[in-house]
Amino acid sequence: MLSIKNLHASVEDKEILKGINLEVKAGEVHAIMGPNGSGKSTLSSVIAGKEDYEVTDGEIVLEGEDIGELAPEERAHKGVFLSFQYPVEIPGVSVTNFMKTAINESRKAKGLEEMPANEMLKLIREKSELLEIDRKFLSRSLNEGFSGGEKKRNEIFQMAMLEPKLAILDETDSGLDIDALRIVANGVNKLRSKDNAVIVITHYQRLLDYIVPDYVHVLYNGKIVKSGGKELAYELEEKGYDWIKSEN
Amino acid sequence: MSKYTEEELKIELENKEYEYGFYTDIESDTFPNGLNEDIVRAISLKKEEPEWMTEWRLEAFRAWEQMIEPEWANVHYEKPKFQDISYYSAPMKKPKYNSLDEVDPELLDTFKKLGISLDEQKKLAGVAVDIVMDSVSVATTFKQTLAEKGIIFCSISEAIKEHPELVKKYLGTVVPQKDNFYAALNSAVFSDGSFCYIPKGVRCPMELSTYFRINQAGTGQFERTLVVADEGSYVSYLEGCTAPSRDENQLHAAVVELIALDDAEIKYSTVQNWFPGDKTGKGGVYNFVTKRGLCERNAKISWTQVETGSAVTWKYPSCVLKGDNSVGEFYSIAVTNNYQQADTGTKMIHLGKNTKSTIISKGISAGKSQNSYRGLVQIASRAENARNFSQCDSLLMGNSCGAHTFPYIESKNTSAQIEHEATTSKIGEDQVFYCNQRGIPTEKAIALIVNGFSKEVLNKLPMEFAVEAQKLLEISLEGSVG
Repeated sequence: MLSIKNLHASVEDKEILKGINLEVKAGEVHAIMGPNGSGKSTLSSVIAGKEDYEVTDGEIVLEGEDIGELAPEERAHKGVFLSFQYPVEIPGVSVTNFMKTAINESRKAKGLEEMPANEMLKLIREKSELLEIDRKFLSRSLNEGFSGGEKKRNEIFQMAMLEPKLAILDETDSGLDIDALRIVANGVNKLRSKDNAVIVITHYQRLLDYIVPDYVHVLYNGKIVKSGGKELAYELEEKGYDWIKSEN
Repeated sequence: MSKYTEEELKIELENKEYEYGFYTDIESDTFPNGLNEDIVRAISLKKEEPEWMTEWRLEAFRAWEQMIEPEWANVHYEKPKFQDISYYSAPMKKPKYNSLDEVDPELLDTFKKLGISLDEQKKLAGVAVDIVMDSVSVATTFKQTLAEKGIIFCSISEAIKEHPELVKKYLGTVVPQKDNFYAALNSAVFSDGSFCYIPKGVRCPMELSTYFRINQAGTGQFERTLVVADEGSYVSYLEGCTAPSRDENQLHAAVVELIALDDAEIKYSTVQNWFPGDKTGKGGVYNFVTKRGLCERNAKISWTQVETGSAVTWKYPSCVLKGDNSVGEFYSIAVTNNYQQADTGTKMIHLGKNTKSTIISKGISAGKSQNSYRGLVQIASRAENARNFSQCDSLLMGNSCGAHTFPYIESKNTSAQIEHEATTSKIGEDQVFYCNQRGIPTEKAIALIVNGFSKEVLNKLPMEFAVEAQKLLEISLEGSVG
């Protein structure tokens, strides 16, 4: 599914990613953990194609195709989805309208006709029921006045609508209380399948109680310094990041 | 594929020609350049007007001669040379058509290019179209349906001949000949325009619409519109414009007067897309318009406008809330790009008791443009319990444009409640990236954000107009994020 080789990236000439290697297969969930400033969010932005970052070396291959030079929307069309740590507000644009535009732009890029309105409505109904989202919520302006929990649920709703191959959840647990965390995690679990893959980026082990990873990687100072199974997350929780820092 | 940057997009779009920039070669009957009493008389004669109308025009002309062009607006431009303009131009053939087959095929072709062919318009259920092309109305449809209800919808020239008592009674009552420099000029030389009268208690069954188009090189356009809604009646009027591209500046000084008698309601919507000049600021239409409505008791007037065109715009659709309990509304989207300058807003003059007004203004500036909102809310001493709510939002794109707000409030009655809110925001790169990540390309993302910003006003437009307006916003702002 995703193969990252020797990825180096910098922002304003400051190197942040210093040679990342990562292999993610379909059906897998990978967790990326690490202390503040280790490059976790940079990695997700670079995979999604944010232009502020310059890739200086290495490659990002999605299903056999190097996507490193593609525009962010083209990567999205190929099935990359990023759940943002801080989703932005777009006043006056409803969640429904936003999703309709996103889906139809993807279809257009693939040479397909726009999705007929009745199909769109059906899809919206299906996905909102799956994630237990009140449909009134969908006519509100995108993220405007949303609580922290609502914003993250909205991200997962978008993920459900767009059905990505690779979903990156960037600190989806930040700002959530335990109930909201459970709801969001349940949503992600419902969307998991043998055909897609998920990368969970987080500080804390607690999210991983709900979204159980197949692999855990520890990012420190722009490199993956340790990889293991889900037990690595517990070990980290127990020993703290100082354990990693002292070893590197 | 390589990264398609915003910079590249911007360059591509800057080089894009004005979409409606073409020129129709129809034989015209054009007056020599210049303006004097003889020209004013000649216009009146050409239009076979009665003596009182000629006198009315001359009065306006004499007043205009004494007036000075106003300079208080926040716009900078080379003043038009009024003696270098031809003040009359009409298509040579002045036929009355019963069917489209009789219409000059070249003219039909023009409409087709504009995407507003009569064919389509006829099919658009409920829309009667009175097309003003180069000053003379050449086609009017749906007239019969309207006539059955006693509604008069025709060119102002025709109204002067056929309904002199109505024109005489109302023309110049809201915008007097001497109101301002451009209104005086218009009163002297107005070529044509539309007239609409809705009888007592009648609800106009369809949206009335007029498409304006400047077509003759170097010809100033001086449209005159008069809408009278008699007691208890209702009408929704749509006005839309596109213009061919030209090198020299074209002057447009229209006057629109609305009269809503007791319990009447007028909804007046405009989509304005005059040629804005090219990307260096060359050419483009000067749009100096006077629009004003008068509300009698319990009457309501709503102005809704989407302004995307013109090099220079100077326009303040206003309401005089004379009658008790009358309501005035102003909903506006003004978009400026490249070197466009717009100074636009409204005046709400509260004279009657319990009068209410609402102002929602959305200004969007891009490129090196300047966008100003200028509004006056005036509460007279006898206007007990008057209320106003004003909201002015500005959206900026890039770092070279400007947004300005000049709200004037004058209250002479302590019972008045006046609220004013203003915001300024910028399209963020984060917003664009968020959209990109969901598969929405930058250009479409900007359109989406702008439409969201303008939604409160777009919602006020009649359906078919709203779609057109959304497209216009997209065309006007493509590639302008920086």
